Amino acid sequence: MTRFLAITRTEMLILRRNRWLLVATLIMVLFALALTFAGSAPTGTLGVDMLTVSVASMTTLSVYLAPLLALMISFDAIAGDVDRGSLSLLLSYPAGRGEILLGKFTAHLAALAFAMTVGFGTAGAVAAWFGGAGADSLFALGRLIVTSILLGAVFLALGYLLSALARGATAAAGLSAGLWLVFVVLYDLGLLGAVVMDKGGVFTQSVFPWVMVANPADAFRLWNIAATEGVAMASGMTGAAQALPAWAAPASLLVWPILGFALARLAFRRVEP
Amino acid sequence: MTDKALTIETVCKDRGKTRVLSDISLTLEPGQRVALLGHNGAGKSTLIKSILGLTPIQAGTIRIGTAAPGSAQARRDTAYLPEAVSFHPALTGREQLTLFAKLSGTNADVPALLDRVGLGDAMDRRIGAYSKGMRQRLGLAQVLLGQPKLALLDEPTSGLDPISRQDLYAIIDELAAQGTAVLIASHALTEVEARTDRIAIMRKGRMVADDTLANLSALAGLPIRLRVRARANADALAAELGGNRINGASVELLCSPADKMQALRRIAGLGDAVADVEMTPPKLEDLCRHYAQEALQ
Ligand SMILES: Nc1ncnc2c1ncn2[C@@H]1O[C@H](COP(=O)(O)OP(=O)(O)O)[C@@H](O)[C@H]1O
Ligand SMILES: [Mg+2]
Repeated sequence: MTRFLAITRTEMLILRRNRWLLVATLIMVLFALALTFAGSAPTGTLGVDMLTVSVASMTTLSVYLAPLLALMISFDAIAGDVDRGSLSLLLSYPAGRGEILLGKFTAHLAALAFAMTVGFGTAGAVAAWFGGAGADSLFALGRLIVTSILLGAVFLALGYLLSALARGATAAAGLSAGLWLVFVVLYDLGLLGAVVMDKGGVFTQSVFPWVMVANPADAFRLWNIAATEGVAMASGMTGAAQALPAWAAPASLLVWPILGFALARLAFRRVEP
Repeated sequence: MTDKALTIETVCKDRGKTRVLSDISLTLEPGQRVALLGHNGAGKSTLIKSILGLTPIQAGTIRIGTAAPGSAQARRDTAYLPEAVSFHPALTGREQLTLFAKLSGTNADVPALLDRVGLGDAMDRRIGAYSKGMRQRLGLAQVLLGQPKLALLDEPTSGLDPISRQDLYAIIDELAAQGTAVLIASHALTEVEARTDRIAIMRKGRMVADDTLANLSALAGLPIRLRVRARANADALAAELGGNRINGASVELLCSPADKMQALRRIAGLGDAVADVEMTPPKLEDLCRHYAQEALQ
């Protein structure tokens, strides 16, 4: 326990020292504020409070930003130590590999949670102050923060997986960029293409929603948007959200971090420093 | 067998199709200092990683005391200095060593240890600003944590200036005095390695020698080099002694340790023709090269 905490403490120190925490929090605050003010124009005409609109646009932002920020810390977690030659030293100490990985994960997740909470929280407070906020929109904000942290956890774990598989930190960085592109951009494009080709057939009706929710980034979107009916959505998303049971998106987003971490742990076992 | 700090018996290891360790056997008693010599790629680092349980072996057994490599007990009992180690550049020396102290579960006095290795002034600076030698010293400091039964130092002299090497030797001595068995891997035989209790030499994954320096020198029978400076006629001197002219005024001849006194008497018998005699015993490098090449044949 003390060993695990020692690793967590050191990783936190590194994130503070190399300014990752400051920069990530700043990015979150700036983007969230910008979206809140940019989205404030149509308020009133839609009959929803400013915070609701703000949460909807911040959800779109988080799909891109949460995975990116998570991968930015996690790609280096194993490959970086291998490159520096310090992993063999770390592993010669009584701490087990699971303990090391969990220690890093805890620190990285805490940092991510801090950046998300401060970023979205600030924007939420500003929106509530200027445009008012109901209980519903406050709940939506809370859900956005929690699901963003979960989405970050998925990509932290996947980043460790790549970091264990890659030969060196540079390769791990490249793989992470590819992973981000696939999950956040290409996956949806591919699905869109398939739906267009299918012309509303069996695939669109029964397979497509499940394939979509299997992607953590889409599960995140579904979970946040399904409950926010006052906001206009992409038509495909509306359809998918309606075709799926309510538990599908939360289940996907909760299972992914565990699955990702287990895969990373397995890959780490095979790393020879 | 339990009184040994380290027991290695007929260990073999393959990497892909190549055998990088074949039939390696080596034992270390508590408090013993052993130098593990060999050219680059001989398999020294691989052997050390096998002892740490960081890489699997295909045959043979390794025991740290009685514990298996990589077991919790073995990891508690072993200290390790990796080859060309570096640490996270964002941490300070004090923070890094504190982490290691916590991981090893010892209540070590971290500042005192850093002082001990000469990092007292630099302990609150970032490791990113350390020189290679300073990082090496930080690596040494973590070896001193706790009281390991076995210390494995992989190329500890690389990046150290001569004065630092003296410090290193003092630290190795201190470890040995507290009963730690110390294995020092190196690609060259310097004073540090020469002052160990035993020398093991590896070549291409095989152990080709394992003995004290004195025994290895005697066994090798390397020639002693005599350089005789002539007062006037070096050519005549060369003809008389049967050596080689090496410059205008000197003759060089080689003789075995057994023939040394006889050769000196002959030179002394030449009287005024000889201005000076210089005698060089075989160099440590020569010894290393001798054993390395012997295995080649
Ligand atoms: N990670 C590795 N993967 C494949 N081969 C390796 C690896 N590390 C070392 N080797 C090979 O194993 C042999 C022994 O290397 P090493 O133990 O590093 O030698 P030394 O430390 O004596 O210089 C060399 O032939 C080297 O190429
Ligand atoms: Mg080596």
